Amino acid sequence: MNATVDFKEVDEILARYRYSAGSIIAILQDIQAKYRYIPREVFPVLSEKLHISTAKIYSVATFYENFSLHPKGKYVIRVCDGTACHVRKSIPMLERMRKELGLSETKVTTDDLLFTVETVSCLGACGLAPVLTVNDKVYPSMTPDKASELLAKLREEDCDAVN
Amino acid sequence: MSTEFMMIDNMPVEIAGEQNILAVIRKAGIELPTFCYYSELSVYGACRMCVVEDKSGEIHASCSTPPQAGMEIRTNTPRLRKYRKMILELLLANHCRDCTTCEKNGKCKLQELAQRFGIKQVRFSNTAGDPELDTSSLAIVRDKSKCILCGDCVRMCEEVQNIGAIDFAHRGSKMTISTAFDEPIAATKCIGCGQCAAVCPTGAIVVKNDTAKLWKDLSDRNAKVVVQIAPAVRVGVGAELGLAEGDNVMGKIVAALRRLGFDEVFDTTTGADLTVLEEAGEFLGKVQKGEKLPLFTSCCPAWVKYAELNHPELMENISTCRSPMQMFGAVLKEHYSHSNRRVVVVAIMPCTAKKQEAARDEFKEAGVPYVDYVITTQELVQMIREAGIVFSEIEPEAVDMPFGATSGAGVIFGVTGGVTEAVIRRISDDKSVPALRAIPFSGVRGLQGVKETSLDYHGREVKIAIVSGIKNAENLIKKMQRGEKYYDFVEVMACPGGCICGAGQPVTDSEGKKRRSAGLYETDRMSTIKRSEENPVIMALYGGLLKGKVHKLLHVHYHGKA
Repeated sequence: MNATVDFKEVDEILARYRYSAGSIIAILQDIQAKYRYIPREVFPVLSEKLHISTAKIYSVATFYENFSLHPKGKYVIRVCDGTACHVRKSIPMLERMRKELGLSETKVTTDDLLFTVETVSCLGACGLAPVLTVNDKVYPSMTPDKASELLAKLREEDCDAVN
Repeated sequence: MSTEFMMIDNMPVEIAGEQNILAVIRKAGIELPTFCYYSELSVYGACRMCVVEDKSGEIHASCSTPPQAGMEIRTNTPRLRKYRKMILELLLANHCRDCTTCEKNGKCKLQELAQRFGIKQVRFSNTAGDPELDTSSLAIVRDKSKCILCGDCVRMCEEVQNIGAIDFAHRGSKMTISTAFDEPIAATKCIGCGQCAAVCPTGAIVVKNDTAKLWKDLSDRNAKVVVQIAPAVRVGVGAELGLAEGDNVMGKIVAALRRLGFDEVFDTTTGADLTVLEEAGEFLGKVQKGEKLPLFTSCCPAWVKYAELNHPELMENISTCRSPMQMFGAVLKEHYSHSNRRVVVVAIMPCTAKKQEAARDEFKEAGVPYVDYVITTQELVQMIREAGIVFSEIEPEAVDMPFGATSGAGVIFGVTGGVTEAVIRRISDDKSVPALRAIPFSGVRGLQGVKETSLDYHGREVKIAIVSGIKNAENLIKKMQRGEKYYDFVEVMACPGGCICGAGQPVTDSEGKKRRSAGLYETDRMSTIKRSEENPVIMALYGGLLKGKVHKLLHVHYHGKA
């Protein structure tokens, strides 16, 4: 299930950067902010308007860890696996979430596009270890059980939002 | 102005405007090793093979360091040798080492340098992956597992050919050369020019090999195998087969082909003569009727494909003439249409894009292609070697009748500006010998990427541009579309320098390219027939086989889908 791309919005983003090829990173960031990933459909459009090849845009998009070419979940959970979090048992918590959601190191997003679980090298909040973030909200001192509770809570929240 | 010098291995060497130390070093007769340096591409500085040591012991990559007067560098110290060997070992540790079964065997830069630096063992465990083949293209085959990430193909594709079909993807140890989303190369804007394969130092991109098919047909008694040889081929094989680079060895090629088992051997130059007459006729028709100009040439299939993919608006300006290969292919199939054997028309071309052209639907009749398939000059060399033919010993022979006569105008098609010169010879009012001899000085000759000339046709000035290299073509098109330039006739060849520098040819340096060009012009000088319309074979064709079939056999309307 891919998001339908509104090419007018893409064009607005491009116009904001005056169709400058040099702004490709910023343009990709804005597109990702809109769709939570960079849809494949925008590549030919970017290529044509910015006069750079799709292969070059793919090159930039795959170079940076931050860009995703696959749709991400509504809740992007980033588990910190920096040294401090790691020694305070971030891995068991990560494994619990992956198990509950049927995810792995290579499959990071649930099929219903609700959850994405990724690791990051350090969130810079070592005092709160082990720590994770959901979208931009920080959850400190996590345990596997607390992680399970969190997933249940997020599911509920999503149901409420739908109803 | 006093001359500037630098010291290379204690020898003073003049600096004469070189962009980098590497060029100065090579000028001094030291063949510094490189993987990622080509003078016609931008400097990348990745392979680090060209490192040199300065007076203070500092190491510099010579390809990306500008020369300065008084600089003192060394190119061959124990430390540099150690570094180079280490780089080679690391590359080899990550590389398939089945050299004997590699398409690039004997022509691989990695193999050559490993040999040159005496790499007898690799101290690291081999982490080479399994082959990752992309066989989607009819022109080239990619194998990512043999890539050393020098980026030569990427820069060639983008900087010289303006395509950008491939680029680096991912990062660090996961980095590869990839199309967008790792699509098959045939699904991209690749035009099949093969220049990536020509610069690839390893077997990561090679020209598609179709010799197996040909061997099979040659041994089939029920097949009549007819071959045509492109102009550029005759000046491209010399150096590979023990003769001088650029010498015209057409006679020897003809003799070798007969020994390989071809039933009839012809010269694509005959097709080129037809192209000259048809294209000149089309051009003059447009001039007289005041129809839309410019007229772009259509001989180069990579250019045609580029225009289809990127400039559909120009398709009506591209000549409807088939390429010489396709014109001649159609004539040959027509000529042998009553043969009781299966007729196979093979073309030997300096070109990888011709392999794609031969497979186009426009060049098939009832599903049967006019040219069944194409082998490149390199594949021809391989077949001659495989058959054990000692090329230097073989006595030259002439091509077969009834298409035995060719003109000098046709033969120069193999070099940039040749098509234009041939057309000028055809359309210029003044047919005198001095006028003919003056044409070479009008700006049509030379291997530079952009040339301009003009001629007087019945009092009207005809403006002509000649470009080779798709980037040059694209720049010219942009200028024309902005109204900065106007031309009536534009010759485009995708490979810089024209067909003699095609990706199907054995790889050569700039000196070799000049020799090949000179070889073709010499052949022209030695031709009794200078102009295509003076070729009796052509005139006989128009009066016979082609009667009422000129449009069907010699022209094409591209469907727009490559």
